[in-house]
Amino acid sequence: MTGQGIGASLIRKEDERFMRGRGGFVGDIRPAGMLEVAFLRSSFAHARLKRVAIPHSLRSRVFVAEDLAGVAPIRADTALAGFKSSVQPILATGKVRHVGELVAMCIAPSRAEAEDLVAEIEVEYEELPAVHDMLAGREAGAPLVHEHWSDNLYLTTEIDANFDAAKSKAKVSVTRELRTARQVMSPIEGRGVIAEWNSRLGQLIVTSSTQQSHIVRTGIAECLGIDEGQVRVIAPDVGGGFGYKGILLPEEVALAFATRRVGRPLRWLEDRRENLTAGADCREHHYALTAYADDEGRLLALDCVATVDAGAYSAYPFSACLEAGQIGSILPGLYDFSHYRCRTYSVATNKPPILPYRGVARTGVCFALEVTLDALARELRDEASALRFKSLVRPEQMPFDNVAKRHFDSGDYPEALRRCLDAVDLKAIRERQRRGEPDGRLVGLGVAMYSEQAGHGTSVYAGWGIPFVPGYEQCHARFTPDGGLELRVGSHSHGQGHETTLSQVAHEILGVPHELIRLVHGDTAETPYSTGTWGSRCMIVAGGAVASACDQLAIRLKRIGASLLQAKPEDVRLEAGDVVANSGRISVAEIARTWYRRPQELPSDVDPSGLEVTAGYKAKRDTGTFSYASHAAVVAVDPRTGEVEIIDYVIVEDGGVLVNPMIVDGQIFGGAAQGIGTALYEEMPFDGRGQPLGSTLADYLLPGPTEVPEIRVFHMETPSPYTRFGQKGIGEGGAIAPPAAITNAVNDALKDLGAELLDLPLTPRRIVEAILRARPAQSGR
Amino acid sequence: MKPVAFDYERPRTIGEAVRLLSESPDAKIISGGQTLGPMLNLRLVQPALLVDITRIPELTRIEETDDAVILGACVTHAAIEDKRIADPSHGFLAEVARGIAYRAVRTRGTVGGSLAHADPAADWLSCLIALGAEVLLTGLSGQRRLTLTEFVRGALDTQLEPDEILDGIHIPKLSKRARAGFAKICRKSGEFADAIGVVVHDADRRALHLVAGAVQGQPIVIAAGNERTPGASWPPPLESLREKLEQAGLGGDAYELNIHMAALERAIRNAQAS
Repeated sequence: MTGQGIGASLIRKEDERFMRGRGGFVGDIRPAGMLEVAFLRSSFAHARLKRVAIPHSLRSRVFVAEDLAGVAPIRADTALAGFKSSVQPILATGKVRHVGELVAMCIAPSRAEAEDLVAEIEVEYEELPAVHDMLAGREAGAPLVHEHWSDNLYLTTEIDANFDAAKSKAKVSVTRELRTARQVMSPIEGRGVIAEWNSRLGQLIVTSSTQQSHIVRTGIAECLGIDEGQVRVIAPDVGGGFGYKGILLPEEVALAFATRRVGRPLRWLEDRRENLTAGADCREHHYALTAYADDEGRLLALDCVATVDAGAYSAYPFSACLEAGQIGSILPGLYDFSHYRCRTYSVATNKPPILPYRGVARTGVCFALEVTLDALARELRDEASALRFKSLVRPEQMPFDNVAKRHFDSGDYPEALRRCLDAVDLKAIRERQRRGEPDGRLVGLGVAMYSEQAGHGTSVYAGWGIPFVPGYEQCHARFTPDGGLELRVGSHSHGQGHETTLSQVAHEILGVPHELIRLVHGDTAETPYSTGTWGSRCMIVAGGAVASACDQLAIRLKRIGASLLQAKPEDVRLEAGDVVANSGRISVAEIARTWYRRPQELPSDVDPSGLEVTAGYKAKRDTGTFSYASHAAVVAVDPRTGEVEIIDYVIVEDGGVLVNPMIVDGQIFGGAAQGIGTALYEEMPFDGRGQPLGSTLADYLLPGPTEVPEIRVFHMETPSPYTRFGQKGIGEGGAIAPPAAITNAVNDALKDLGAELLDLPLTPRRIVEAILRARPAQSGR
Repeated sequence: MKPVAFDYERPRTIGEAVRLLSESPDAKIISGGQTLGPMLNLRLVQPALLVDITRIPELTRIEETDDAVILGACVTHAAIEDKRIADPSHGFLAEVARGIAYRAVRTRGTVGGSLAHADPAADWLSCLIALGAEVLLTGLSGQRRLTLTEFVRGALDTQLEPDEILDGIHIPKLSKRARAGFAKICRKSGEFADAIGVVVHDADRRALHLVAGAVQGQPIVIAAGNERTPGASWPPPLESLREKLEQAGLGGDAYELNIHMAALERAIRNAQAS
């Protein structure tokens, strides 16, 4: 073995340019003659647009809705029964439905001058009552976000798995109401778009900071009413996505339309204020959850009403209902029980559309379930981990179909919890709590578990009927005449390290040296169609497709090699980059040279398709892989100031067979940092008129390096039976459990004070006020 | 967001700077730009002229007398952190500087800029009040010297006239036995403070200064000046501190009161340990 295949912690190829500041992002690209765009955005959450007054001399540099003749709005419908459709205009028409909605597009040589134009335009609004709270918005009589609807509900879903039968058996139940804050996804690079018309190719070239160039291509072609062949979308280097860049933006469509009218390339770079106030909202859930247990503390049933603040429009392509739909199917967690009821509401509000953020609904679900389970344990005076052991799906039950019909592929959930408790040393923590802290702080331990469904495909999404359904993933692989290997995939890497990991997959099969393998991705003109990078799918589906393509190349290499070695194809093998027969060996590079440059030496019956293949892949079973983890947080809480210090954080993760364990660790660290943000810092509040109250990173707090403790990660590697190498998707897990684990730890620390936190984030003020509420007699001390 | 168009001048003398300020009603001084930069980009300020004072040699001066150190307004937080200046405070200023925002901000941000901006949550304002510092202001009509409590009228509001420059800070030297302590409570490292406590106890001069900062307006000066009996009220009784904070208007919000009390107590502990 050369140590460059599956399982090798290779240094990332892409870091050579990233770490030296030599990447190429939208902000680095300036086509000749380019103009910059600034948008006039709605300052009201809900208002009738009475008049947009543009000074006559500026009219040619400003686009409003009436200038976008023939441009279709963005619609992301689902086939789910009862779904109400929203129409998201590219530029506002008639009404604005959230602060930051696009009203006019202003074009100038520089961004600053474009902003000067924005300041010259007068907009007259007639303000309408805003739907600023999802629970109020759910009620009859609330103002209507979409006036032709009968209420503000995109969709209501209901699952009932024999719920009523549980009640007679239940000995104990706890009910909790929990809330997660509205958050804003914060990749280091915001969104950005360059649109230009290439008259030679007759093609619109859109360079966008996106995770899904092919989907954006389809979306732009549909909105503009042109052939997809007339659109090429390029995702250059992209500085983080997390889901925000898996969305077709009105900005992309607006620039794509206007560049032909203006006759110049146009660029828009999102600034942080736009990102925070208008663009990247996510996460806001409310749960009313009851957990039922028998007299031994085994989980019997869950009953939940979950509400998602889905914002003003159904975002393309995932729709306004992805979150709520996920909640119903994943709320049961890793537990084995048979009675379940869950109703979900996707509520339209006068806020920016809710978008899927790393972990999507799982972060909220894990928080709701695991925090409620801890409350149940306190009610039963049981150790929270002991309660979980009683109900976790056991390894001998795998594969396991749970109460919500999720099909868990493999794993040993109790073992992950055991290892996690060992690593964090449960007994020592309990002893430390009994002793107390010299500085008066309170120590608490919290655990949380989750699974992360990944790479799920057609069978899961067909029922949704959203604008696309993932099918077969493809890879185009070809040798260059000098023996190098090019892999072309339609997914995109924006931090995940695919240039490294997909190369490892190819090396595993072909033995081509890592440094001779190049990944081509991000450009619709150069890559096979793909739904892109989302749902932790790439290592499964793109990895599978690369393997399939390399398998076929291997067959062809062996045939040509056998012939050149004068051996039978069935008597040769590929070994360390050579075709080997008893008679000798020939390198892959030599075979490539022969194919391309000395075809006279090829056998007459050679396969004419050569050293270039496109192969497709779908997992043996496409219901997804389920990686899972147990997280444990140990915190010290200052009960007077509400300060929380994370003094230990342990993750025991099973992501199946790991392709590059170092990159997996990186994914887990990054995700956990974001989870800590969800737990302790990130919150975008809105006032009663639907105004977002944060507009800079001084108002919207992100965790920094000093807020993220040293996280101790341990791996288990239970292969998935359904994927090529047994790999599972792991991209989101780190971000799922920290809010639950940290909340459980804080609640454990505060349990003797009778205080319990159920709203995220756990700000110092919320903690202090919870303590004061629990102990009114000693308020202020 | 990007700033509106503005003119830019970089004078070499204080006099030239004052003249530029007096001639342009919409002028704004820029020093480190760590607050003004974002405000320009957000178009919260839209000046016609920026007067960059960082190349005026007098503004990076460090003067030492028998009883004080005078820092030019453009001395950076980093220069103080790195102890590249004469120190009137037995290392206290360096310790405070180390906790201001992030190193990149400290490299450019200046002590004069911080005071002139008068953000109640800024570290220098509370600390320098407790140290009894004075600011030197130079305008068309000459130079004047104000204590910091005179200088700061409220949040983001000072006595600076439109043609005046804050050109230096006069910081009295602590006596040998003096102790100073600082503590701030903020959501994360480098973030603006939610509560600041500063204590300076100078037994030789029978002086005790206690300041609660990061409040709505000016920092709350809880104790200042000479105690009747040296050392008698050191450390100060906590109950009296709580009453002072309540009198200053923090009583209505239990959380606010809690964190300001905690900041003061930590500052006192830090002073005792110094």
